[in-house]
This record gives sequence, C-alpha cells and structure tokens, in this order.
Amino acid sequence: MHPRLELRNISKRYPGVVANDDVSLTIQPGEIHAVLGENGAGKSTLMKIIYGAAQADSGEIYCDGKLITAHNPAMSRALGIEMVYQHFALFESVSVVENIALSASSAFDLPSLAENIRELSLRYGMPIDPHRQVHDLSVGERQRVEIVRCLLQAPKLLILDEPTSVLTPQAVVKLFDTLRQLSAEGCSIVYISHKLDEVQELCDTATVLRNGKVTGTARPKETTSLELARMMVGSKLPEMHVSPAAPSERPVLEVRNLSASARDHFGVDLKDVSFNVHGGEIVGLAGVSGNGQAELIALLSGERRHAQGGAIKISGMPAAALRPDERRKLGLAFVPEERLGRGAVPSHTLWENAVLTAHRFGTVRKGLVDRRRASAFAAGIIDRFKVKANGPGATAQSLSGGNLQKFIVGREIALAPKLLLVSQPTWGVDVGASAFIRQTIVDLSRAGTAVFVVSEELDELFEICDQLLVICQGRVSPPLVRASTDREEIGLLMTGRTTSNDQKGSGSVALQD
Amino acid sequence: MELFIAIFTGTVIAATPLIFAALGELVVEKSGVLNLGIEGMMLMGAALAFWAVTAGCSMPVAIIAGALAGAAASLLFGVLALTFLTNQYAAGLALAIFGSGVSAFIGRGFGSDPIEALHGVNIPILSDLPLIGPLLFRFDPLVYLALAMFVVISWFLYRTKAGLILRTIGESPQTSHAIGHPVIRIRYMAVLFGGLMAGLAGAYLSVAYTPLWVENMTAGKGWIALALVVFATWRPLRVLLGAWLFGGMTILQLQGQALGLQVPSELLSALPYLATIVVLVLISRNRQMLALHFPASLAKPFRPAG
Ligand SMILES: Nc1ncnc2c1ncn2[C@@H]1O[C@H](COP(=O)(O)OP(=O)(O)OP(=O)(O)O)[C@@H](O)[C@H]1O
Ligand SMILES: [Mg+2]
Repeated sequence: MHPRLELRNISKRYPGVVANDDVSLTIQPGEIHAVLGENGAGKSTLMKIIYGAAQADSGEIYCDGKLITAHNPAMSRALGIEMVYQHFALFESVSVVENIALSASSAFDLPSLAENIRELSLRYGMPIDPHRQVHDLSVGERQRVEIVRCLLQAPKLLILDEPTSVLTPQAVVKLFDTLRQLSAEGCSIVYISHKLDEVQELCDTATVLRNGKVTGTARPKETTSLELARMMVGSKLPEMHVSPAAPSERPVLEVRNLSASARDHFGVDLKDVSFNVHGGEIVGLAGVSGNGQAELIALLSGERRHAQGGAIKISGMPAAALRPDERRKLGLAFVPEERLGRGAVPSHTLWENAVLTAHRFGTVRKGLVDRRRASAFAAGIIDRFKVKANGPGATAQSLSGGNLQKFIVGREIALAPKLLLVSQPTWGVDVGASAFIRQTIVDLSRAGTAVFVVSEELDELFEICDQLLVICQGRVSPPLVRASTDREEIGLLMTGRTTSNDQKGSGSVALQD
Repeated sequence: MELFIAIFTGTVIAATPLIFAALGELVVEKSGVLNLGIEGMMLMGAALAFWAVTAGCSMPVAIIAGALAGAAASLLFGVLALTFLTNQYAAGLALAIFGSGVSAFIGRGFGSDPIEALHGVNIPILSDLPLIGPLLFRFDPLVYLALAMFVVISWFLYRTKAGLILRTIGESPQTSHAIGHPVIRIRYMAVLFGGLMAGLAGAYLSVAYTPLWVENMTAGKGWIALALVVFATWRPLRVLLGAWLFGGMTILQLQGQALGLQVPSELLSALPYLATIVVLVLISRNRQMLALHFPASLAKPFRPAG
C-alpha cells in the first residue's frame, strides 16, 4: 500500500532564510503525525507547501503514491486534503455559513448547510452560530469555525496548524475524540502544536524541525516531554522564577460598576464589573472565550469608549471616555489578541510597526519619524526577545506566527508601561519562548507595573498570576488569590456554576464549550 | 400629462447607459479591481456600434459589436493590471485616454448624419394600454435589458456561490487563494464583464440615445458611472436609484433650458452631475455600511504567494 503522503527532499527559501531544508517525511493512512519545532522552524511553511498554498523550490510530493505537479490548494481539495491555517483563512465581511460554503463541495444551499454546521459543531464540542459575521468573532470562535469547516469535508488528509492555540480545554478534549475517530476511519492527520502534552496524548509519530531541517523523529507516546522539548530547542529549558508580589498601595487600574451593552446582538453585555489591579501584581482573567472578554478588553484599551468616565480609572484618572492614544499617555500598553490587523500591520516593516505604539520613545520627534531610532528600537526588541526575523526591515507578515507574537509582546513590554493589558500573551509561542515571555511579564510586574492578563490557558494563568478573576456571561467574579484556589474552582466558575450554589441554571450555554 | 410621460420616459432612457456602465463596474470593483477606464470603453463601444450600423449590420449585431469592443478594451486593462500588476489607477486612466483616442480615430469617417435609432418595442395589448402603455411598454429593448441586468447581477452577487466567491476575492485575494479559488482567472472574467457592460452603455448612446456620432459623445458619463458605484456604497439597488436620479436631473435640466429659464445653460448642464453626487454623498455617510460593502482589497495588486 502507498503512504497517504510522502515528501521527498523539500526545500524552500525566503529572502534571508531557508525555511525548509531538504525535508522528507512519510505519513501512512490513519496515522496522526506531529510536526514539532521552535518558532520559525519552518512548520507552517512545510504545511503550506503540502497544501499547495506555497510552492517548494525543489523536492517532490506524493499523495497516495501519485506525484503532484503544478500544485495548488484547489487541487489539494480535490485530492481530499484539508488545512486549518495558523492565521485562519476566513473572510471577515461574510457570515460563518458563507465562509464554510466557499470551501464546501456540496450544493450551494445555505439554510441546510447552516443546519448542518449547527448540528455538527455541537457534536464536535465547538458550538458556533452559523449566521454570525466573522468580524464579530473572537479568535477562539474563529478557530472553531476554521476547524469545523475542515471536518465537514470528510478529508483523507487533515493538516492542523496549531488548531488548539486558543481553544478551551473542554473543546480540545472533544476535538481529540473526533480526530481519533477520523484516524480510525483512515484519515491521516498532520498535527502542529507547541503544547507537548497534547502531542503526547494524540500523536503516533513526530518529526522535529530545527532551522528548516529535520533533526529527528520520535514516538511521542514513548518519549518524555522534556526529551521532545530538548529535540526542538537543542538546549535546556529556562526555569521560571515567580517571587511574591508586592502590590502598590493604590490601584493602577480601577474598574467600578462597569456595565455596557454588547456591540451587536451576538455579543455579551457586561454587567456591573468591578475589580482593581495594583502596581506590582498580575491579575488574570479566566473564562471561556465569548463570555464578554472581548467587550471588556475593548473598553479597557479604549477601542470602545464609555460615557461614564469614572467607570475605569488609570492611576486615579477617569479614563473610560478617553481615546486609546490618550490612555497610552497615562501609561497603558496593550497587546491585542488579534496579531495581524490589530496588533500589527501585516504589510509594514517591523520598525514601522514599532513606531505605531512607541512614539513616546523618541522614535517620533516633532511629528517626524526618526528612522534610525525606530530601527534601533525594533532591533532591540528583536534581540532581547530572540525574534527570528530578517532584521527591522522585514515585513510583519513574513514572520512566523510565534515570532510575530514575540515581537508585539516585546514592543509593549519595552515601553515600560505603568499598566500592561495582554490578551493571550503566548499564543502560538514555543515552549522556550513562552517561558521567557512569562518570565518577562513577571519581572515587569515585580518592577512595579500593573499587569492584566486575559488567557484561555489556565496553566499559564496559574503560573504567573497573583489574583484570578473569572468571567462568565458578562459577570466577573470577585478576585481569587492564586495560592488559595485551584483549577476545579475556577473551572466551575467558568461554566457559571459557583461552588456555593447560587446563580444556578445560567450556565447552560457556556457548558457546551 | 404629456409632460409627465415625457419626463418619466426621458429619465429612464437617460439612465440606461449609466445603469449598464455602473453595474458592470460594480462587478469589477466587487472583485477588488478598480478599472477607471469606463469612459474609454464606452467610447469604443459607441464608435464600433455606430460603425456597424453604417456598414449595414442589423441592430442586434451592431449592439453586440459595441459590447465586444468594450470587452476587448477591458482585456487590455486586464493584461496590464492583473498579469503585469501595473498600478490599477494608471492602467485605468491610460485606458480612458486610449479609448477616447481610438474612438475618435475610428469615427473620423463617420460624417455627421444621424442613423435610424433603435426602435421601441411594440407588445400586443400592453403597449397600447392608455397611460401605462407609453409609460412602461414602449421603450427600446436595451432599456429592459438594463433592468434585467440589474436583477441578474443582484441575484448573482448575493444568491450564488460564484457571486460569493467574487465578493470574497474582493475582500482578501490572499485568503481566496489560500482556500483554492483561482483569483486571477475570476478577476479577468469580472474585468471582461465590466468591459462588455461599458461597451453596451456606449452602444446605447450611439445607436439609441443620440443616434449620431460626435467625438467624445459620452461627455463624462463614464466618470459619473464610476462615482455612482462609490457613492452607492457598492450596492446594486443604490446604483440603479443613483442612475435614475442622474437621468431625471438630465431631463429636468433639458426641460428647464427649453422653457428658457434665466440660468446660464452651462450651469444647468452641470446640475445633474452636481445633484447626483451631492445626494449620493449624503446617503453614503454611514461609515459602518460603507465598511461592510467596501471591497477591502480594491485596487491592490495581487500575485499568488510562491
Ligand atoms: N512570506 C514569507 N516571506 C519571508 N519569509 C518568510 C515568509 N514566510 C515565512 N518566512 C520565514 O520562514 C521561516 C519559517 O516560518 P514558518 O512560518 O514556517 O515557521 P513556524 O515553524 O510555523 O513557526 P511558528 O511556530 O512561530 O508558527 C521564518 O524564519 C519566517 O520568517
Ligand atoms: Mg507557524
């Protein structure tokens, strides 16, 4: 029998880097194969080549024993290959069902497709409303759409490029069940993730890439995660040091009785949200995506303004009615969850992207951009956060996902803000770099900055936060001290059921996640 | 009553070339391509259709010739903008100038005699109805074709998969390419369709609206069509209404001149252009609606990533 997929000596270079260097691998029908590697190792590039969205400079691809020539995504789809892109391939201006219809091979019948989506997405544990517009969706919801779209096609080879980066643990469990079932039916799966425990749980085999080269293969189920990490990074993992917090006397961020209606009827109303973040401490917000995090973040960052200026105070100043740039002047720095688009302008260079928020830093003088300083500032970030990029002149879109994340987080941290808002700080960042980013956030807070982190990764929140808040259906729980709470309590709060049995019944929607 | 019928039918007729040209451009722009050369394509269509009639071709043949001339001109633009990724503004402007030059060249031998215009239809019973007949059922066939195109295009864009693919290419050709749609091929088809429609618009001018040949006889209607698409926020119904508004103002302005209003005639002639733009600007101020219908990749060159 022929292997489902065989790559022979694939090479691909971009200006300044060799993204794939003589890569060969083989995947049998029904095999779940992990591709592992640091940020910028060339994983996404390899996947795009398999799918035909990028062309290899040299090498051959065989599918079921047949050589593929003049490759393109349409051909892949005809061959039964489907791909979940790391940076989703969804159109913002149309609805979920239209997005899915665009790549469905079935007849163009939106109502019945919508019904299908509703049903299957529930079954897969990733409920989505087929009639929502994609531009209203959080990244977590977009990820669900992207996955459900592929699953609907009953593929023969499924490529998943970091499909769980912003998925909730409950959804991941269901996804794995589905993937195992697919594989039992003969579907081959290529799985990319920086979460090694997932890889160990799911994957039969693994190929490790470093700097574009295959550096080894492994059977993840028989290998410890430490060994896997070492194969990827090639050196020892840094250790985290979290010293006790020394909160400032007065809070840097004060949120008082903040209520706001959702921007559209699919959003969540925020109800009477109050909390404080002091200088020197890290407060985390846990919750299933789509429970009001997006609204809260928009209000805190200034993307959306609130009539009641005093509902949000930064360093004692009423700030809820201020524009984002006015809030930045008060010492706010902000890392949005959407990296391309909101966090960075994809087609612009890194130094230009650095100028966007760093103009206080002498990169802009008398309205003119000081290009040398901007370049130096960007180069500083690249250096400090070990961003793999072709210098400050590289465009944001040419960076690998994790490297762009490192750059954006680095840019905001380098501003030495009084208040840092971060959404999904280590989305798609490899193990070594996540540890580094977390450590930097901790160090920043210990130097006096107030930090507010929104993340779907409970492990991350537990690792760095001093206090935890839980958001569910627009309500925020009272603060829980990290040291005296546990995952179970947080998990219950996330689904809207408190341990003390009040508020019963309101959790049915969130529970499905 | 007579006056009302004259104004109404005059409006519909004056709007027809704009409906063709603007709806064609709407489809082009929805795919993310900006073709500024409508004026040139219309003039090519007008010249060729007129030439065909004087050469003894039948009306339908002449009109088709005009449409094909527009399409041929658009192909030129397509090759420049889509294959060679030339700046779309520049390529479109070049086409506008080129079309006007070529049409003037073709038209040198035409003389100034009018030809016999395209006849109105005569539908048994309907056309003879009192009031309704002259109001609705005696137009020439192209007027009905323009309305049919409106229905077909609206249906195509918002009810078919191909229309959805076209619109999403206009939002993000990168994403379209990533999920396997042939971006360049579809954009070529859109551009050709736009050319065909502009050619039809031109043919309508020279064989039905004012059945004689005058150099640059489109008199800026191609540019108005462009403006219509923008101010109609890329929605077919608004394009239709905008075209009628322009047609109505044109007719009112002619009536005003005929009645000998004490206003300089130049000012009166400028009125339709001015009024249409003012009204459309006013109704297109809703930013959110604009963002929803605007083809985000408009005029940005695209090459599938290697
Ligand atoms: N379009 C492009 N132009 C230039 N360089 C690129 C382009 N795409 C990728 N690269 C470079 O190729 C290398 C590999 O990138 P790739 O996206 O494959 O990494 P990755 O392994 O997926 O990383 P991550 O885990 O961060 O997603 C990186 O150095 C990146 O900067
Ligand atoms: Mg990647």
